[in-house]
Amino acid sequence: MHLAYPAVLAVLLFSVGVYGVLARRNVILVLMSVELMLNAVNLNLVAFDVWLRDTLHAGQALTLFTITVAAAEIGLGLAIVLLVYRTRRTAAVDRVTALGDRHEADDPADAAEEKEQAAA
Amino acid sequence: MNLALPILVPVLPALGAAAGLATGRRYPALARPLAVLPVAVSAVLALVTALQLGTGTTLDAATRLAPTGGPEISLALHLDGFTSLISVLVGLVATCVQIYSTAYLKDDPRYPSYAALVSLFTAAMFLVVYSGDLIVLLVGWEVMGICSYFLIGHHWETADARAASLKAFLVTKLGDVPFLFGLFLLGADAGTFRIGEVLRVAAAGDLHHPTLIALLLLAGVAGKSAQFPLHTWLPDAMAGPTPVSALIHAATMVAAGIYLVARLLPVFLQSSAALVVLAVMAAVTMIGSALCALAQDDLKRVLAYSTVGQLGYMAGALAAGDRQAAVFHLVSHGAFKALLFLGAGVVIHAAHTNSISAMARMDGLRHRIPDAWWTMTIGLLALAGVFPFSGFFSKESVLGAAEHAAHGEALTGALGPASAVPQAVGWTVLVAGLLTALLTAAYAARLWLSVFYGRSRNGEDLAPQPGAPYSPELDEADPAHAEPAAMRLILWVLAVPALAFGVAGLRTDWLPALLDGESLRVSVATGVIGTGVAVAGLLIGYAAWRTVNARAAAGRPAADPARLLLGPLYRPAQHGFGVDRLYSTLFVRPTEAAAGLVRFLDRAVVETYVRGAGAAPGWLGRAVRFAQTGNAQGYLNALLAGAVLLVVLVAVGS
Repeated sequence: MHLAYPAVLAVLLFSVGVYGVLARRNVILVLMSVELMLNAVNLNLVAFDVWLRDTLHAGQALTLFTITVAAAEIGLGLAIVLLVYRTRRTAAVDRVTALGDRHEADDPADAAEEKEQAAA
Repeated sequence: MNLALPILVPVLPALGAAAGLATGRRYPALARPLAVLPVAVSAVLALVTALQLGTGTTLDAATRLAPTGGPEISLALHLDGFTSLISVLVGLVATCVQIYSTAYLKDDPRYPSYAALVSLFTAAMFLVVYSGDLIVLLVGWEVMGICSYFLIGHHWETADARAASLKAFLVTKLGDVPFLFGLFLLGADAGTFRIGEVLRVAAAGDLHHPTLIALLLLAGVAGKSAQFPLHTWLPDAMAGPTPVSALIHAATMVAAGIYLVARLLPVFLQSSAALVVLAVMAAVTMIGSALCALAQDDLKRVLAYSTVGQLGYMAGALAAGDRQAAVFHLVSHGAFKALLFLGAGVVIHAAHTNSISAMARMDGLRHRIPDAWWTMTIGLLALAGVFPFSGFFSKESVLGAAEHAAHGEALTGALGPASAVPQAVGWTVLVAGLLTALLTAAYAARLWLSVFYGRSRNGEDLAPQPGAPYSPELDEADPAHAEPAAMRLILWVLAVPALAFGVAGLRTDWLPALLDGESLRVSVATGVIGTGVAVAGLLIGYAAWRTVNARAAAGRPAADPARLLLGPLYRPAQHGFGVDRLYSTLFVRPTEAAAGLVRFLDRAVVETYVRGAGAAPGWLGRAVRFAQTGNAQGYLNALLAGAVLLVVLVAVGS
């Protein structure tokens, strides 16, 4: 099989991932897009490993690594999402802006929200 | 002889001052012994040193202080008859002033620092007297300047004292800058800063710029010794406590300038131009200050102007080439002027005012303070130059020196040829000296009669004369106890030299043997003329006082006797002939305007740049804050855009 097929597939997957990360509002979907991007990389690793006929199969080994890391990451990410949802009643990325620079007077609703959070 | 003695003389008061400053706040009880003891001990040591040295010998000792690459600076000691005489005077007056101050400033909360500064000042004066090196001498000279600043400003609560201390400091510094250059030039020309070597070079005529050096040094001398045109600080310096006036502005600091010229007289004899300048300076100072003294209404300002005039006599004697006469007058004047100032302190405490015209309206001041009356009478007679008081002999020796110089046979001794002094110098000093003697006797008579023979009349208030310049002190003394023992006895101690010191010049193996060995005898011609002039001055003063009193008794308002004598000159003389106003127009106001301009430039131009430099990053920061929205996707967008941009740039670039 020609190397172009998996490479193009990986590019498409990665682009979908980037789009998802940048454009989706739901945190779950953002996390899924991150997974897409990781798997595009995995696909590349496996394809190049085969194409280079690497005797040590470093590409495959690295893919296993990435899968493990991705599993850990998604576990941690989902836990955070769960907590955010519990405290804020929302899973929209653009609503979770407590770390931004705000004037107290600019956004009284946010300030109140923050206080509530601190109390919790 | 043991070198430790003369070294201890300046060191002891300096240590006393350091100890006084260190402990003054915590142990106020120690302040008095720490003030009096070191100064008294070093006065005794100065006397012992003088006695051990004897007459006709000199002692030079030096240790190298700093190798400079040029002329070396050494910690040098030079003792001869002149240093013996003046160090004993300084020790005596400083001890008297310290003892007097314990009573005079009894309730002053700042007494410890005051006493320490007086001690430090004394140490500096001893250093100037004993130093054999010009740079070390300069150190003492400047320490005196700064001590004078602090002591004049002792009552810094009053604006007068603050202004006077600043004025004294700035005016003397104005002279000190040319003085410093003069010292450097002298050291460079002579190849050394040791005074002995400098004098040897000068006597051999090997100085390259004697006139320039002498004129530069004269500027410093005019500042320190309050000679015209830098005399204006001394009358204002009377805002300090009276003992300070006695010590600094009569007996010691102003004497330093005269002493320096006396020490370096061979340098001045190299330049007849400098001698002419010195003589004119002295003549203008003498006559002008005597007129001013006659018109002053403030007791201390009369004495201050009188000091300026007597320093003019000393400068005149130096211009005539006779340093013996100058130092003779310096010592006798130091004693009787210290006496007069300390007596004036007693009078001011008793009368509770500085104003002579107010004292003239008080009854029987002489009965309330008999000791001050007696001793000030002695002091004023010495000031007026009446036989047989010390002032007579020393003033006559100055006039005699001027007379010799006028005849072309100046008493320069072994320092230089008599022809070095132009005859015009002698005539200038002689005429000015005689005229000043007349005026001096007149103002001494006015002072004495007005202060001690006042008569109160009904319906007159004791307000001082309106419009006259004053230097009042903060004065909380109880008039009933104006004359405690510590102040009374000191007056008598100082009255002895004021009365009898003059006879020391009578025989060549007494005082002259200690100095240059020339005769200090009074010559008949100047003796007769001088005495006649002095008596005439006293009589004129008395006559004016009688006339004024007779007018007052007839019901017309009492006037100042001086107004009668001076006529239209009275007002200008009272204000120092407008020299202060002239300086204020010529120098002070342009300087203030320049300072205003600099302040404007600093505030409006320089500070704007600084503020702008601070404000621009602030605005930039505020702009950047808008980017931090807290939306993670926004950040990622920016990140991606940046990454793409970088990739494109790298691709295009390579």
